[in-house]
Amino acid sequence: MDGITPDLLALQLFTGLALGAIYVLLALGMSLLFGMLTVVNFAHGAFYMLGAYAGILLLGFGVNFWFCLLFAPLLIGGIGMLSERFLIRHLYGRGIDYPLLLTFGLSYIMVETVRIFFGTQGLPFDTPDALQGASDIMIGYFPTYRLFVIGVAILVIAALWLFLERTPYGLIIRAGARDPQIVRILGIDVARVWLVVFGIGTGLAALAGLLAAPLQGASPEMGASILAESFVVTVVGGMGSLVGAVVAGLLVGVVVAMTSLFAPEMAQVAIFALMAIVLLIRPQGFFGRAGLMS
Amino acid sequence: METSKKAAVTRRTLLAASSLLAMPSIVRAQSADTIKIGFPVPLTGPYGTEAKDQVACAQIAIAEFNEAGGLNGRKAELLVRDDKLDPGEAATRTIELIEKDGANFICGSLSAAVQLAVNNVAKQRGVIYNSISQSDQIAALPDWSKTTFHEGMTPHLTAGAVGRYAFSKYGKKVVFLQADYAYGHEMVAGFKAVGEKMGIEVLADLRHPLGATDFSTLLPRIQSLKPDILVLVNFGRDQQISLKQATDFGLKKTTKIVAPVLLYTARQAAGEKAFEGVVGGTSYYWGIESTVPTAKAFNDRYRKANEGRVPSDYGALGYAGVRALLEGARRAGGTDTAKVIAALEGLKYDFYKGAQEIRACDHQAVQPVFIIESKAAGANPNDVFNVISTDAANADNLVSCKDEGHV
Repeated sequence: MDGITPDLLALQLFTGLALGAIYVLLALGMSLLFGMLTVVNFAHGAFYMLGAYAGILLLGFGVNFWFCLLFAPLLIGGIGMLSERFLIRHLYGRGIDYPLLLTFGLSYIMVETVRIFFGTQGLPFDTPDALQGASDIMIGYFPTYRLFVIGVAILVIAALWLFLERTPYGLIIRAGARDPQIVRILGIDVARVWLVVFGIGTGLAALAGLLAAPLQGASPEMGASILAESFVVTVVGGMGSLVGAVVAGLLVGVVVAMTSLFAPEMAQVAIFALMAIVLLIRPQGFFGRAGLMS
Repeated sequence: METSKKAAVTRRTLLAASSLLAMPSIVRAQSADTIKIGFPVPLTGPYGTEAKDQVACAQIAIAEFNEAGGLNGRKAELLVRDDKLDPGEAATRTIELIEKDGANFICGSLSAAVQLAVNNVAKQRGVIYNSISQSDQIAALPDWSKTTFHEGMTPHLTAGAVGRYAFSKYGKKVVFLQADYAYGHEMVAGFKAVGEKMGIEVLADLRHPLGATDFSTLLPRIQSLKPDILVLVNFGRDQQISLKQATDFGLKKTTKIVAPVLLYTARQAAGEKAFEGVVGGTSYYWGIESTVPTAKAFNDRYRKANEGRVPSDYGALGYAGVRALLEGARRAGGTDTAKVIAALEGLKYDFYKGAQEIRACDHQAVQPVFIIESKAAGANPNDVFNVISTDAANADNLVSCKDEGHV
């Protein structure tokens, strides 16, 4: 293929990283829920979609985009906590497929509800004025908004890491994931810990959805295809591993970008080929603990 | 005694009722006073908005027919069914419409694959089907049959009209980005057919999977090729998202973006920024009412029935499709299939967008195509396109009947 210059390759690599940033945010939440609660959240795509619509709702009330970035995840995280408290909580300890089926059904309810209130057609979502247009990044022009998404992803990763590794509350969450019984004996309300974890996980999904809305608009089905992709990311990175989610998210983004450059029609397949290869060589994923699924 | 008598009557009624159910032909004969048009469209699914508008427009054709006294007092009725954008579902609904509900004609659909399934069912049962969705295949053998009519445009016609305009106006260096399915392939073939004659240079022909949500990985490559024109051959949400992302990447600064079909509903959903300056084709835009009197009458009627809104392109096809069938029945003096076919073949009409004709050899509607350009936001939210050129109805712009396999 002619016309492939080093600059184009570099730009393409960057495009992949930007794409990967959204995968990372989704996979982080998913991995958090699995690693801490062993819940495979099939409603993760629906929470992602709700994030976008929460943004539209808040913008409609005159809230500006920057506050939306804060309030939409809080709002949807709240809905996530409600569904944990009243639905998912009752299924802990019953095997992995119970919450899986419940969240699967939950996603249908959420998608239909959005269709009823916001219509089936999808809604436009304009890029915030301050982030419109393209910026010069030395190798070429790149949409400013996508740079912003990369920035937000880095911030979220840093904040999540600090929260889990450097705060007393993070310590409790990690302990609760490893041995809930001992934590309970020490007088800590584990149920509340799990509630908060579920809120953070779904809030992250909502943030990803809100960030994706200016890229593709909002539609009730927007969570469906990205759910499959972020599952691949979670599996490749290792179910339950947050480092894995970050590395695999970026890797998947780059793989899609590079395949697109040389064989666009293979881009979608490449994601699943990558997963197949990783599973063959390292069934637990890059950073996963073996036997967690059993 | 009293109770057993009652029971006997009930049993007899039940028997009569069930025998009626078992023999749809009798039901059909008894309700022959109304003309029934079965209307399977994808009310649920991604094209729900367009489908609902098809129904709203088709109802206008029915109402107009009935207000004018029907066919010697025989009124028309629309039987709307949800085909869920699924060929199997559409076939089942169509069989029910014909055999259970006794539909005299079938009209509808909003997808190339679905309309072929509906056509197949109607063809086997000898019922006239007027399709209102885009397809080249339906007018050609082996899918076509004597009962097949096609009010919708064909990709060859649409892409030809848009290609002729764009390649002469914006340049000859072209990149295609197409959704990888029948719609994309047929449209690109149409563009290439007209482009070859005009000497265009195809720099790249890229494909993306149907239902893609991110096009960013394709855009740097397209940008580096520096084409005069990017022909974006996709539909619905794919079109909205790819246009939005191409705009974000700044592609419009150097390249004219052209689409075979610009949908009124998609433009409304995606907002003006993504679509601004994009040129495409359409079967109908309400704005032609300033020059076309029938469009004005149709729009006014629609506005009155729909709170001042205006009909969409695919919606209006629902009106034209149903009205053509009713016009055929009126001219034939009844719903007899052979007589209606004879009445429709070669029919010249102007229902809503200027002069049209049903080509006798393949029953394809020879019709005007409008080239439109998307505007920046204005005061009137309905006013989203400028009509920049009109291709009047001309059978030479269609695939010839000989090439379609007709003798």
